[in-house]
Amino acid sequence: MALKMVKGSIDRMFDKNLQDLVRGIRNHKEDEAKYISQCIDEIKQELKQDNIAVKANAVCKLTYLQMLGYDISWAAFNIIEVMSASKFTFKRIGYLAASQSFHEGTDVIMLTTNQIRKDLSSPSQYDTGVALTGLSCFVTPDLARDLANDIMTLMSHTKPYIRKKAVLIMYKVFLKYPESLRPAFPRLKEKLEDPDPGVQSAAVNVICELARRNPKNYLSLAPLFFKLMTSSTNNWVLIKIIKLFGALTPLEPRLGKKLIEPLTNLIHSTSAMSLLYECVNTVIAVLISLSSGMPNHSASIQLCVQKLRILIEDSDQNLKYLGLLAMSKILKTHPKSVQSHKDLILQCLDDKDESIRLRALDLLYGMVSKKNLMEIVKKLMTHVDKAEGTTYRDELLTKIIDICSQSNYQYITNFEWYISILVELTRLEGTRHGHLIAAQMLDVAIRVKAIRKFAVSQMSALLDSAHLLASSTQRNGICEVLYAAAWICGEFSEHLQEPHHTLEAMLRPRVTTLPGHIQAVYVQNVVKLYASILQQKEQAGEAEGAQAVTQLMVDRLPQFVQSADLEVQERASCILQLVKHIQKLQAKDVPVAEEVSALFAGELNPVAPKAQKKVPVPEGLDLDAWINEPLSDSESEDERPRAVFHEEEQRRPKHRPSEADEEELARRREARKQEQANNPFYIKSSPSPQKRYQDTPGVEHIPVVQIDLSVPLKVPGLPMSDQYVKLEEERRHRQKLEKDKRRKKRKEKEKKGKRRHSSLPTESDEDIAPAQQVDIVTEEMPENALPSDEDDKDPNDPYRALDIDLDKPLADSEKLPIQKHRNTETSKSPEKDVPMVEKKSKKPKKKEKKHKEKERDKEKKKEKEKKAEDLDFWLSTTPPPAPAPAPAPVPSTDECEDAKTEAQGEEDDAEGQDQDKKSPKPKKKKHRKEKEERTKGKKKSKKQPPGSEEAAGEPVQNGAPEEEQLPPESSYSLLAENSYVKMTCDIRGSLQEDSQVTVAIVLENRSSSILKGMELSVLDSLNARMARPQGSSVHDGVPVPFQLPPGVSNEAQYVFTIQSIVMAQKLKGTLSFIAKNDEGATHEKLDFRLHFSCSSYLITTPCYSDAFAKLLESGDLSMSSIKVDGIRMSFQNLLAKICFHHHFSVVERVDSCASMYSRSIQGHHVCLLVKKGENSVSVDGKCSDSTLLSNLLEEMKATLAKC
Amino acid sequence: MIKAILIFNNHGKPRLSKFYQPYVNTQQQIIRETFHLVSKRDENVCNFLEGGLLIGGSDNKLIYRHYATLYFVFCVDSSESELGILDLIQVFVETLDKCFENVCELDLIFHVDKVHNILAEMVMGGMVLETNMNEIVTQIDAQNKLEKSEAGLAGAPARAVSAVKNMNLPEIPRNINIGDISIKVPNLPSFK
Repeated sequence: MALKMVKGSIDRMFDKNLQDLVRGIRNHKEDEAKYISQCIDEIKQELKQDNIAVKANAVCKLTYLQMLGYDISWAAFNIIEVMSASKFTFKRIGYLAASQSFHEGTDVIMLTTNQIRKDLSSPSQYDTGVALTGLSCFVTPDLARDLANDIMTLMSHTKPYIRKKAVLIMYKVFLKYPESLRPAFPRLKEKLEDPDPGVQSAAVNVICELARRNPKNYLSLAPLFFKLMTSSTNNWVLIKIIKLFGALTPLEPRLGKKLIEPLTNLIHSTSAMSLLYECVNTVIAVLISLSSGMPNHSASIQLCVQKLRILIEDSDQNLKYLGLLAMSKILKTHPKSVQSHKDLILQCLDDKDESIRLRALDLLYGMVSKKNLMEIVKKLMTHVDKAEGTTYRDELLTKIIDICSQSNYQYITNFEWYISILVELTRLEGTRHGHLIAAQMLDVAIRVKAIRKFAVSQMSALLDSAHLLASSTQRNGICEVLYAAAWICGEFSEHLQEPHHTLEAMLRPRVTTLPGHIQAVYVQNVVKLYASILQQKEQAGEAEGAQAVTQLMVDRLPQFVQSADLEVQERASCILQLVKHIQKLQAKDVPVAEEVSALFAGELNPVAPKAQKKVPVPEGLDLDAWINEPLSDSESEDERPRAVFHEEEQRRPKHRPSEADEEELARRREARKQEQANNPFYIKSSPSPQKRYQDTPGVEHIPVVQIDLSVPLKVPGLPMSDQYVKLEEERRHRQKLEKDKRRKKRKEKEKKGKRRHSSLPTESDEDIAPAQQVDIVTEEMPENALPSDEDDKDPNDPYRALDIDLDKPLADSEKLPIQKHRNTETSKSPEKDVPMVEKKSKKPKKKEKKHKEKERDKEKKKEKEKKAEDLDFWLSTTPPPAPAPAPAPVPSTDECEDAKTEAQGEEDDAEGQDQDKKSPKPKKKKHRKEKEERTKGKKKSKKQPPGSEEAAGEPVQNGAPEEEQLPPESSYSLLAENSYVKMTCDIRGSLQEDSQVTVAIVLENRSSSILKGMELSVLDSLNARMARPQGSSVHDGVPVPFQLPPGVSNEAQYVFTIQSIVMAQKLKGTLSFIAKNDEGATHEKLDFRLHFSCSSYLITTPCYSDAFAKLLESGDLSMSSIKVDGIRMSFQNLLAKICFHHHFSVVERVDSCASMYSRSIQGHHVCLLVKKGENSVSVDGKCSDSTLLSNLLEEMKATLAKC
Repeated sequence: MIKAILIFNNHGKPRLSKFYQPYVNTQQQIIRETFHLVSKRDENVCNFLEGGLLIGGSDNKLIYRHYATLYFVFCVDSSESELGILDLIQVFVETLDKCFENVCELDLIFHVDKVHNILAEMVMGGMVLETNMNEIVTQIDAQNKLEKSEAGLAGAPARAVSAVKNMNLPEIPRNINIGDISIKVPNLPSFK
């Protein structure tokens, strides 16, 4: 036996190890594949042995082979075996192999869960470490769910080595199992302040990565990060934090203001380029987010630009690259400051480094103006000629097009020049962007009406030289241009000089070698061309000529009929028949031209790219519904669809016009127009009548192209763009002279009038008038579509799942799953439900626990409030800038209603701000906080999935909120209304202060006048008092902090202090206001009665069933009950109603019986047992105060009676 | 996030590949493409490269350094600082130099597992774990010690055999040194 073991171990010595394998591969250079397959066979043998060392060695070799591209997925199970070895040496090999080869599709991965859990809790830190490292590479949603809790425990491990790994891997866990984010986040946040810098850095890393995707959820961490930024010396951490701030500032401009100073200091002080660069980057982000309102703003921009210039001028290519990269960010908002460095950037275009040239190209985009566009493009064109790599050249091409076409061709003054540039670009060999050029040609020709004549002449030249383009096969790119050329020549054929020539060019046999979609366009446009030639000939009375053209068509079209491309074939054969028919008519001397050209009457307008999507779906149209249930019956199938498509068929242009006589055609056209006018789906043509361009003055302004004979003619017919540059310069010069003249005249006049007017004679961008009367046709959109409709985000974005509100207190249902033995009872005690954070604490006795829980709840809430306040406070400590913008962000963050008010005229706005300032600030803040709370609450209830129907029979625990199932109900009740204003209000218990309730009053202006100077006066009672601003007496009214323009509503909140809450009570009040309209202002009043019901003193508080049981057992609650008959509403809805209107939460529910709990603002417990009988509901209540209970039950009775 | 770390030599032979995102069937293609992109660049150009199509998206960048015979390439997204990653590569190479005592390409060829272990102490799951070289070296040493103690007596014969096997190793020239490790971009920070 012993001998056998020794023998085994000696055998093992001569197994190949990794080094042998590598050496072997190097020695078998000629037959590497054969050698490796031999090795894999050996490895398979080794894997069959029992000895774990042999297996580990084999797996180690496999890992190497994996890197060389060999599939090792077949060994997944062996890898798991090696992972579970007890020795670290082998374990590490196993985990490495797993991390290299496992992925979500690896099925055996689920077998690893327990092994990994064991390793995570291993006493050896390196076992744990290696498991964490491995897991970080192959974690799956299942593993993340099962192990999240174990990893979270490791985040508080005693060894920093484990802590930092555990913190880091949490990011991967979050990605795979987003539900873990909220429970784990508090601890992650703690780690930001870990004593070990490595752990700290890891936490920063994770949070930065999270915040990058969903920055708004991490705004509340800003003060903490700010502290870290000012205290940390670790550059890596600093860089991460500064990058994070760059992502946060767009959301909170005040943060940016606070950041500018420390960042500027860092820029001045740091010697580390990487840090300096990131600082500059973030300062840029800040400046972009502020965009205005900062007094020393331009100084910061200047500093950034200046620093970047230093980077760009540096001999180090890396710095140069980054400088340009950051510069492009500034360019977006502050193009002026970048433009002054044009020289530098143009210089970078000549750099030998492609990365740098590409960056410089990006910058050019923002540097062009009307003045320098031609010059810059000229320079780029020379680069195009020189560029050797196709990638770079293609990039240049797209950039030229981008630069020229940006913001609707804003900078192009001479479109002839642009067309000629495009034509020059078609001479590029082997470009992939033919379609881009084609799209530009089409776009320009369609939109700029004045250029059509010129464009057509150029395009016909292109078509003529088509053999040039088509002959060079394998270049599917550039021939796309012919698509545009053919279409333009066809559509605008009236501008053609020699239509017949072009027609022939388009019917050449070579055309059939073009791609199908281009041929199709050829075929279609040949007919257009044909139609216009026909018309010309007929008008000139050349019947023979017309027949000759028809003959040409009949001769040449068959080559397209034979095309393999369906589209081409179909169009060609259709058109061929048409032409043959025309031929017959011509033979009979019937004039046909009119009718043929009617085929293509009307103008095609550009349609906005999103127009189709924006066509509103009319009411009652459900596109998914069956129009008619599918039947096998053929009869009904025949009929119904026809009815549906009936309209469309009529609208389609007739393709057999030759049969229809003149009258018929006119009649049909009229009918069609009528129908279009009535049809809401038809996109109506723009008011510009057809062919207006013929008499636009623009055409006369096109300068006659003088052929400069000193310029060698390159390709006959193709213009050189340089010519236009010269011409354009001359033109501008002339323009300037004229302008100067005019100016002088004006000046003289002014002098005569003795009026001083300081108009400096500088030539600005705007002075250059475009050469053509540019009539840019705007894109068409359906009438009701909003151009600003945001596009849907990518629903597959994995980071979307991590868009989770982190400031919300943890709900009890949110906890990481804990591995449990299956036979344990389903626990009802909160002890096990407590999130893991608390799990470690010693088990408190049950009573204490209940208490603690409540306290914790409270603390959490308070903490959260504190947080929100903290951020505000922290941000507000910045020195208040200029008075005007200061109050603006306050209402804007408030609520959309405020936004509405802001939208009114400027005048009102200013006044409103005044009012804002007058209103006491601290109070305002409180309101806001509460509002936030409320909205958060709403969100929360929305997020929770509605309880499934199946769950109805089972116990429902801990207030699984069922409100969602209710039809949307408003908690706001009508307070008072008159012809001017409608008041609705909602009363809520205040969470942070005992004995206080908040009354939110929504005021809606129903009149056509502006309501101003609103004041609310309430008569206090002994029991209830309104909280008033300091210094005001009981009889003074409290101002409403806003004004209401017509039709607008807004909410104001007031706090009331209540002495005793056991009784409902009413307070009388009056709203006084000034209604101002065109006719004048009147003083108006509206009386109201505030009803404080007992329910409004209750706060929805969740409770555990055992705590609930304890409460009932305690015996210090008094009891009362009610019964309501005649209820037909479902129990589910009933409960929801009670929850909603009376602020209860469901503790437990079994069948048609539920226990509910709530707590008053003064700490009274209220327990209910709701039972539903056949047609009745009985409610038994227990409460620490009997009066409160009886009043509550009365209110509930009223609610239930309505059901 | 770091998407991938690749090391290959001047001929495009992979010496280490570590992917932090699942690229199941495209790993070899990515290595080839990256090599193709990187190798055609001159010595004196910047170390950043855009346009790795396979690795995904315009958000990504290749940041690389070239040491004698080897290219060290990190593929990262926009959350990483470009200069920071350049430094990280430097730290990585210096750490290798320390652990292998004057590292050369051969060390990487024969001990790819060790390189992986060192890398695991620096970058984990695509995020930077540690930038302090001394800390990394300490952890590696401790793990090596643990490994040795586990091998114990049983490991002795194996070590003897591998020593014998390695006797003919010197035939392979050891002069393909990674060399010139002290190339530094001026003013880059040293991480603490």
